[in-house]
Amino acid sequence: MQMPVPNPAILARKAQIVRRLQSVLPADAVVHDPADTRAYECDALVAYRCAPLCAVLPRTTAEVSAVLRICHEEGVPVVPRGAGTSLAGGALPTADCVLLGVARMNGLLEVDYPNRFVRVQAGRTNLSVTGAVEAQGFFYAPDPSSQLACAIAGNIAMNSGGAHCLKYGVTTNNLLGVTLVQMDGTVLEIGGGFLDAPGLDLLGVICGSEGQLGVVTEATLRILPKPEGARPVLIGFDANEVAGQCVSDIIRSGVLPVAIEFMDRPCIEATEAFAHAGYPDCEALLIVEVEGSPAEIDEQLARIIAVARRHNPVEIRESRSEAESARIWLGRKSAFGAMGNINDYLCLDGVIPVSDLGLVLRRIGEMSREYGLDVANVFHAGDGNLHPLILYDANKPGDLELCEEFGAAILKLCVEVGGCLTGEHGVGVEKRDLMGVQFSDVDMEAQLRLKDVFDPRWLMNPAKVFPLVLTAGRRAA
Amino acid sequence: MKPATEAEVVECLAAASGPLRIVGGGTRGIGGTRGEVLETGGLAGISLYEPGALTLVAGAGTPLAEVEAVLARAGQRLAFEVPDFRALLGRRGVSTLGGVVAANASGPRRVQAGACRDALIGVRFVDGAGLVVKNGGRVMKNVTGLDLVKLMAGSWGTLGVLTEVAFKLLPVPEASVTLRLPGLDDARAVAALAAALGTPYEVTGAAHWPGQGTYLRLEGFSGSVDYRAGRLAEVLAGFGAAERVDGVARWQAIRDVTAFAGCAGDVWRLSVKPSDAPGLVARSGAQAVLYDWGGGLVWLLMPEGADLRAALGGFSGHATLVRAAAETHARLATFQPEAPPVAAITAALRARFDPRGILNPGLM
Ligand SMILES: Cc1cc2nc3c(=O)[nH]c(=O)nc-3n(C[C@H](O)[C@H](O)[C@H](O)COP(=O)(O)OP(=O)(O)OC[C@H]3O[C@@H](n4cnc5c(N)ncnc54)[C@H](O)[C@@H]3O)c2cc1C
Repeated sequence: MQMPVPNPAILARKAQIVRRLQSVLPADAVVHDPADTRAYECDALVAYRCAPLCAVLPRTTAEVSAVLRICHEEGVPVVPRGAGTSLAGGALPTADCVLLGVARMNGLLEVDYPNRFVRVQAGRTNLSVTGAVEAQGFFYAPDPSSQLACAIAGNIAMNSGGAHCLKYGVTTNNLLGVTLVQMDGTVLEIGGGFLDAPGLDLLGVICGSEGQLGVVTEATLRILPKPEGARPVLIGFDANEVAGQCVSDIIRSGVLPVAIEFMDRPCIEATEAFAHAGYPDCEALLIVEVEGSPAEIDEQLARIIAVARRHNPVEIRESRSEAESARIWLGRKSAFGAMGNINDYLCLDGVIPVSDLGLVLRRIGEMSREYGLDVANVFHAGDGNLHPLILYDANKPGDLELCEEFGAAILKLCVEVGGCLTGEHGVGVEKRDLMGVQFSDVDMEAQLRLKDVFDPRWLMNPAKVFPLVLTAGRRAA
Repeated sequence: MKPATEAEVVECLAAASGPLRIVGGGTRGIGGTRGEVLETGGLAGISLYEPGALTLVAGAGTPLAEVEAVLARAGQRLAFEVPDFRALLGRRGVSTLGGVVAANASGPRRVQAGACRDALIGVRFVDGAGLVVKNGGRVMKNVTGLDLVKLMAGSWGTLGVLTEVAFKLLPVPEASVTLRLPGLDDARAVAALAAALGTPYEVTGAAHWPGQGTYLRLEGFSGSVDYRAGRLAEVLAGFGAAERVDGVARWQAIRDVTAFAGCAGDVWRLSVKPSDAPGLVARSGAQAVLYDWGGGLVWLLMPEGADLRAALGGFSGHATLVRAAAETHARLATFQPEAPPVAAITAALRARFDPRGILNPGLM
């Protein structure tokens, strides 16, 4: 992974820069001892690490603005960070950057039930947003598996999804407003407790911008009434293709499940060994969950099962109780842990048209043999968002590189069949150099122009998202 | 100019020596702009429709009606319920997909299914410098790179000429039930809508038409809709007895704001926090109003030339002048003026995507 050479002039000025930052922040909010800055050297893409020049932990929008103004004047790059759970290296520091962590900005600013929104500071964790409103029967819909840890700021930056986004959409569909501080310290208020932008949809642009445009300090989020109940059915198949076809047919049947999750044999076997969920011995399984009252759930599950029966399932296991539901979800929820138990793994995030599921899984299997690395598939099938987990051995020289090469080949395949490189984890540094597979230089130039507008000096979250060659001129200017 | 291909759009833009007015079917444009007309109707045709993946890709000039008919045959639809403003605005012509996107046109179901911008998953467009740009794609989830798809939705042709658009679709539900609560004043009606939207019964339409009633729509499988309608009526008992009414024509009238079609006066559109709406309406000086989106969207029929924004004073939200004399559009601004830092971003974006300032100048 190539990163730009740190600016020696900035490294040499560290003491002055730290002093200036200390002049606008409480003493404990500026972390500059190398022993302490190490805590920020990586996010969940742990293969890449680099401690920042220093880290700041502001508590208010005003403090963020003051910090950014100083960094702008000093020409110091800034890397925003939420909880550091990015799987794409989105929060990877550079040695000459100020890492701006929003974790201390976790306040709940406003709860408005009649208008169904909450306003929070952006460092608040995803799960604690729901936590704040669930007693009143509401929830915040986007639910990444990392929701206990990840921050709303990171969710907005990555436009994160979750298991239930087939029905409820991803972050961008549940975001009503943000406070964004630009690199020069300017504070923008976009949107709020009302729907749709007055002018250009800047909210839509900011969501998913991976910290390229500014620092999000506050957010207005849509909350929804909790459904009366939810129940899954587990369906086993003797071939991936058949399971894939069943997904398409369920979607066509008119039922709208909240989730359709897919696991293939390697993943089923690994999770069985790890979590003993009692999954059937089969090539592929689907977990399909629906919501509503007990009668509504029965009706929807009956329709789904009718569709599934046309595909000669190996097993159909309809949950009849909370306990059965928990068992069905147990294996799926422990899948990542189970894989981590076996080996190091790289988690991909490509998306394909649902109709190509069978084809793509077959190709991945073939490539797995070519590369000599095992792959397990566990993913959100309803929207074609694959998460192939490639197993490798971090201690074996060359294995990570081989694994990354294999991962790139899979993502190229996703693009070839009409899909994309990333459905919810973002580009970060991880997929930066693959952007040319999906976009022409002109396509990317249009995106760079967006960044030019918000961050003309190209100091926000450097060396991410776009191939370095494409941005070199702008970064140097 | 009426290009038939994307390459011809590029030529048109390269050859343009002055302002261009970008027109789809001319059915929903608002505000004033000038210039030679560039019609997109030639860029028509569905290039991909995959019912099993709930996705559709089509040329920006494809007639909306054609798309709706094709989807209906497979039991699917554009969930955001595209309004038809021809009667309201006194237009003829054929609405195109590109126009729908450029206006981010979304109807009553927006409260539950999201807006046009939420269903839009990909675009191709030619920017003001004549560059062909694609963003997004044809899959439902996509966070690759910066999101120009959302930027193009609702940009009213000021950043580029859309040539192709891709949508996520939803199945048409088996049944639909509409409940009507009679006789509520605006504040009580908005409270009733909030109560309904705060239940788990998945209300897909929540409108108040003063003098006519307060309406709630439920959609889905028949058994489920019956059940939810019953429960919803119980929840709303404090607001009166809800009766089941025939909803199809009613929701279409709400969607298209037909109540104001042919009436003298200007038409404004207000997007606010629902609970603020009745108070704002009370000081608006409106002759008639229609509340949609649980009260979050208010259509106002105002005396000709009146300045709604001035009447309201400071408020959280935005007001758009939808139908008025050209002089009023010029004097009051069609779109809500933005705070200076936001306006600076908007202006810089337009300068980047349309350096010559030739795309629908003066519109936004
Ligand atoms: C076990 C595990 C499971 C996961 N499951 C899912 C899942 O189901 N769905 C999913 O979508 N993702 C998932 N992720 C990925 C990750 O959790 C998400 O990307 C999450 O949104 C990151 O949030 P964070 O607060 O940790 O952000 P960070 O990792 O700190 O940062 C992520 C990006 O956001 C930027 N950023 C952070 N704060 C700000 C700010 N204030 N302003 C501007 N930019 C900012 C950073 O610069 C970086 O580019 C998973 C990760 C793990 C480790």
